[in-house]
Amino acid sequence: MSKEILRPASLKPIPNTFCPGCLHSMANKLVGQCIDELGLKHKTVVVMSVGCSTMGLRFWDMDMVSCAHGRAPAVATGLKRTQPDTFVFTYQGDGDLASIGLAEIMSAANRGEHFTVIFANNSTYGMTGGQMAPTTLVGQKSTTTPKGRNAAVDGYPTDMCALLSTLKAPSYIARCALNTPANIRKAKECIKTAFTYQLEGKAFSFVELMTNCPTNWGLAPLDTLKFMEENTIPNFPLGVFRDVEKGV
Amino acid sequence: MAKMLLKGNEAVAEAAVRGGCRFFAGYPITPQSEIPEYLSARLPEVGGVFVQGESEVASINMVYGAACSGVRAMTGSSGPGISLKAEGISYLSGAMLPAVIVNVSRGGPGLGSIQPAQQDYLQATKGLGHGGFRLIVEAPHTVQEAVDMVYDSFELAERDRNPVFILMDGCLGSVMEEVELPPMKELPARPDWALGNFTGEEREPKLISSIADEEVVELLNKRAAMLQQGWAAKDVKWEEYMLDDAEYVCVSYGTSARICKYAINELRKEGIKIGLIRPITLYPFPKKVLHDLDYSRVKAIIDVEMAIPCQMVDDIALQVMERAPILQYGHSGGITNKNEETAAAIKALIGGLNK
Repeated sequence: MSKEILRPASLKPIPNTFCPGCLHSMANKLVGQCIDELGLKHKTVVVMSVGCSTMGLRFWDMDMVSCAHGRAPAVATGLKRTQPDTFVFTYQGDGDLASIGLAEIMSAANRGEHFTVIFANNSTYGMTGGQMAPTTLVGQKSTTTPKGRNAAVDGYPTDMCALLSTLKAPSYIARCALNTPANIRKAKECIKTAFTYQLEGKAFSFVELMTNCPTNWGLAPLDTLKFMEENTIPNFPLGVFRDVEKGV
Repeated sequence: MAKMLLKGNEAVAEAAVRGGCRFFAGYPITPQSEIPEYLSARLPEVGGVFVQGESEVASINMVYGAACSGVRAMTGSSGPGISLKAEGISYLSGAMLPAVIVNVSRGGPGLGSIQPAQQDYLQATKGLGHGGFRLIVEAPHTVQEAVDMVYDSFELAERDRNPVFILMDGCLGSVMEEVELPPMKELPARPDWALGNFTGEEREPKLISSIADEEVVELLNKRAAMLQQGWAAKDVKWEEYMLDDAEYVCVSYGTSARICKYAINELRKEGIKIGLIRPITLYPFPKKVLHDLDYSRVKAIIDVEMAIPCQMVDDIALQVMERAPILQYGHSGGITNKNEETAAAIKALIGGLNK
């Protein structure tokens, strides 16, 4: 295995600050590998959200802007429209994108903005200590649903890929998981497709990455992978929801 | 250059373009909607970008993104929309990004009314968002003055790497006046702190962020304090009108100040020695002129605004220091002050003092 595969050049050679076993680090690595392989390190502005993802400000080695909670797609709109030749992607968590930033993500997608969104979904507000997220599963415990999410009062998990698929403008929408080597390989392919579509001038591309949160789920890292297989993925079916090249 | 008859909002929008604005994001709200309407057609003509945001919140964050590119960016709104933009304005200031924000203000609080008012003084000068930041706040009293202010506001924002706030009221936005439009400015190169704008050469990555380690945030707070001291020393602007022998001094800005001038002319005809201090920058506030008045001559200060209660009164009181009574006059809630009524009301206030 070459050094480049272990540590993408677009990430600084320092330890990341995610919790042990957190799949954010895997998501970052895959994005970094795609950036490296497409030669985008010196053509990219990363648009950072609020949450555990914000920690990326410490270790991404590219131009970066940090945004208000949920507003990354609006900031990316302003950026990309004023420098169309620059490669722009947002990296957002599920509280950021699917709750406080729901208007921004839906509207940017509906306008067919020419940037890519990487959406890390771990069904919880990790940074603030494990509160219920829009993506928390029914019955799943959180610090604000101590008895588990009750659909009668808390509603059901928000399926962003399904929501975005109702829009005409996006060119690519896919959901992947990072819980097995096979799924990780597939996720990298999807990220690369999304990035390539932006480079080809195609409209809005979106990749949801199902991740975990050992700390706030209260599970050992390996157990979170099993939990994802048995609980998360059945609620959030994987697959490509939109691919304009393939007529999906 | 020939004068043109232009509506305030459209004149301001054209002045922004001529001042170098190449990005506008905004959301419809009365009484400022002519600004986005005008720019939706005008900006593409000069290679600029107009986006109608899905919300006030998104619009200010689009401005944040465009500012990161180093493009001269602006948004406009009215009170309820400025409240929503508070988040983004704070982030702009926190991330040291220049931008221009125009408030064409209306009655409040809440949805208030869509008619002209001056009820956003406190918001503009002291509470534009969380974290205790300040912006230079300028208040025009004619369409020409609004044009000139907006035209030069981008350089001011870039000088300080901090947004500039233009507080005009619904009267100025809607009135049609003769104006002389300034020439198109040549666009400066995108600044070296801007993100992206890659030329093909490798360089060190850049970061724009309002989040940092505590020591850095404190340093940024100290920088803001130094900026504010600089503004107070160099950027204060005000107009004095018939002040030299004035026994009664009106303090008034924007449309109210204009109406005050009429009232003063009328009252002078009756032998009342009355004058006006018109703050042009609301922040930094023109402290010295108020502080240094000859209070052995000045019998009263009269704060005239379209706001009940008047909102500038605390800033005035800090300079008057109980050396003269401070009276207040004005309508509120979207009722515009009237010329004759204002003259009569000021006269009555003065009469009340001398009883």
